[in-house]
Amino acid sequence: MGKQLLKTFPKIGFRKKALSMKQKEAIAGYLIIMPWIVGFLVFSFGPVIASFVLMFTKWELITAPQWIQFDNFTRLIKDPLVPKSLYNTFIYTIFSVPLNLLAALCTAMLLNVKSKASNLFRTLIYLPSQMPAAATAILWFFIFSPTYGLANSVLGWFGIEEQKWLWDIHLVKPALIIMSIWNLGVPMIIFLAALQGVPDQLYEAAILDGAGKWKKLFFITLPLISPTILFNLVIGLIGSFQVFTQVFIMTGGGPGNASLMYVMHIYNNAFANFRMGYASLLAWVLFILVMLLTYLQFKMSKAWVYYEGGN
Amino acid sequence: MIRSQHMLSKHLTYKTVVYVLLIIIVIATGLPLIYMVSTSLKPDGTEYDFPIRWIPERFAWENYEKAFSAVPVLTFFKNTIIIVVVTLIGELLSSSLVAYGFARIRFPGRTFLFGLMLSTMMMPFFVTMIPLFILFRAFRWVDTLYPLTIPAFFGGPPFFIFLLRQFFLTLPKDLDDAARIDGASYFRIWWSVLLPLAKPALSTVAVLSMVAHWNDFTGPLILLNSEENFTLALGIRLFQHWHRTYFNQMMAYATMMTIPVLAVFFLFQKHFVKGISMTGLAGR
Repeated sequence: MGKQLLKTFPKIGFRKKALSMKQKEAIAGYLIIMPWIVGFLVFSFGPVIASFVLMFTKWELITAPQWIQFDNFTRLIKDPLVPKSLYNTFIYTIFSVPLNLLAALCTAMLLNVKSKASNLFRTLIYLPSQMPAAATAILWFFIFSPTYGLANSVLGWFGIEEQKWLWDIHLVKPALIIMSIWNLGVPMIIFLAALQGVPDQLYEAAILDGAGKWKKLFFITLPLISPTILFNLVIGLIGSFQVFTQVFIMTGGGPGNASLMYVMHIYNNAFANFRMGYASLLAWVLFILVMLLTYLQFKMSKAWVYYEGGN
Repeated sequence: MIRSQHMLSKHLTYKTVVYVLLIIIVIATGLPLIYMVSTSLKPDGTEYDFPIRWIPERFAWENYEKAFSAVPVLTFFKNTIIIVVVTLIGELLSSSLVAYGFARIRFPGRTFLFGLMLSTMMMPFFVTMIPLFILFRAFRWVDTLYPLTIPAFFGGPPFFIFLLRQFFLTLPKDLDDAARIDGASYFRIWWSVLLPLAKPALSTVAVLSMVAHWNDFTGPLILLNSEENFTLALGIRLFQHWHRTYFNQMMAYATMMTIPVLAVFFLFQKHFVKGISMTGLAGR
């Protein structure tokens, strides 16, 4: 209404009022998003700055914080558990993320058939991923029990002898990786949504051109869902770098630190030993690593991710 | 004729292969769950019977009773429900209000602030958790339920704001304009015009929020110390030092914790699937 009048009678003093309407709207806008602004400052931005300052201090909470400049950095370089936990986290990520996504993508493709049965299958496969992480952890702790658990039972079907799993330096990481592949519900649903978004006409056109199943997969399906693959990769990597609950409950980092993940190392420093300064530095290293890896993924993605509508 | 028959049989074998593969996947993902329920009902000392006895010789329902008396399950349940309900209210109200602001009201810097909000999704939990712990400690909030509930009233998870904003964008702007002409305030439009229409999106947010807080382990682990404040997820810690002795009771506890989540999932399946599918959109 106001706009219409303004257009028709631009010179009768509506202009000033319109401007103040705009300002009013802006003020209302800021007021309405105020909960988030306060939340962002108090729970995100403030803490990030605080943790940056904290990494130059020594603070065990009981006494006052001490300014120790770069001592935490020296400590970081000398801390043997930093390379150890980074190595464990890298190994875990390198295997768990691609295997988990591959399993999720294959399952989603199998489910991408319009039928009532596929709805039921989707529900059944998705279900376990909604289990509380803590419950999942004790369940898998039992599955990997060194005597007669489900894992050893499955090995038995193939005539392989029992393993010590979580108590074996060489098997503890593979065990955690197996567990992570099992948790494929969420990426599967995301893939399925993307697959269902691929227009049927493209497939029909490809069939007319004589393309077979594999050609359709590599020249239509995969390019069209590549943004979703990238998304799941980025999310998977961020999550995998912060793997904690399972490790904390199932192994506590053992045996012999073979499953000590980086976040677990941060937790131990911050909340078991209350080294707030040093732990902040460790957390910042994680932050920078995650940002770097995400940046690299986006950079590399230019080579393989296809976006509709050009660049 | 022959050709089409051939095509039909080819199609059928293809379908059979797909179903066989799907059944294998269902078994692989479902077996641990069945193992959990089955173990939870095994009498003491038979948890390790080998080969695995999938159906216990006798249903030992007493394991559930024992798990109840071994740890204060009711207290944990009460604390968990308080956290789930209060955060649910906080997140529904604040994330929908903020989403309304980002979707409907024009103000300078809106795009920038929205991007900033989305980018906080990438922040590792521990980067903010260490200073927050110190802050909550200064408030004397550690070992209370406040730090696990109050923050929900300040916007909630960025993903919820994103999801609701996308939903508000699909509603016609005429609704707001008509209400404005009738003299409704922005706040009023959010509350009486848009919220009632946003029920599908709000339900999605609601189920995601409830499940996330019911399942949360790390937050309570860091912020709660005394048993009387524990949540159900954190209560699993009390079983940890028992280790191998009472696995049937541990599995009974895990089953009890899982059932409500699965019930919510079955009741609101559509909202779940929609919500999870939307996360894919957030990446575009």
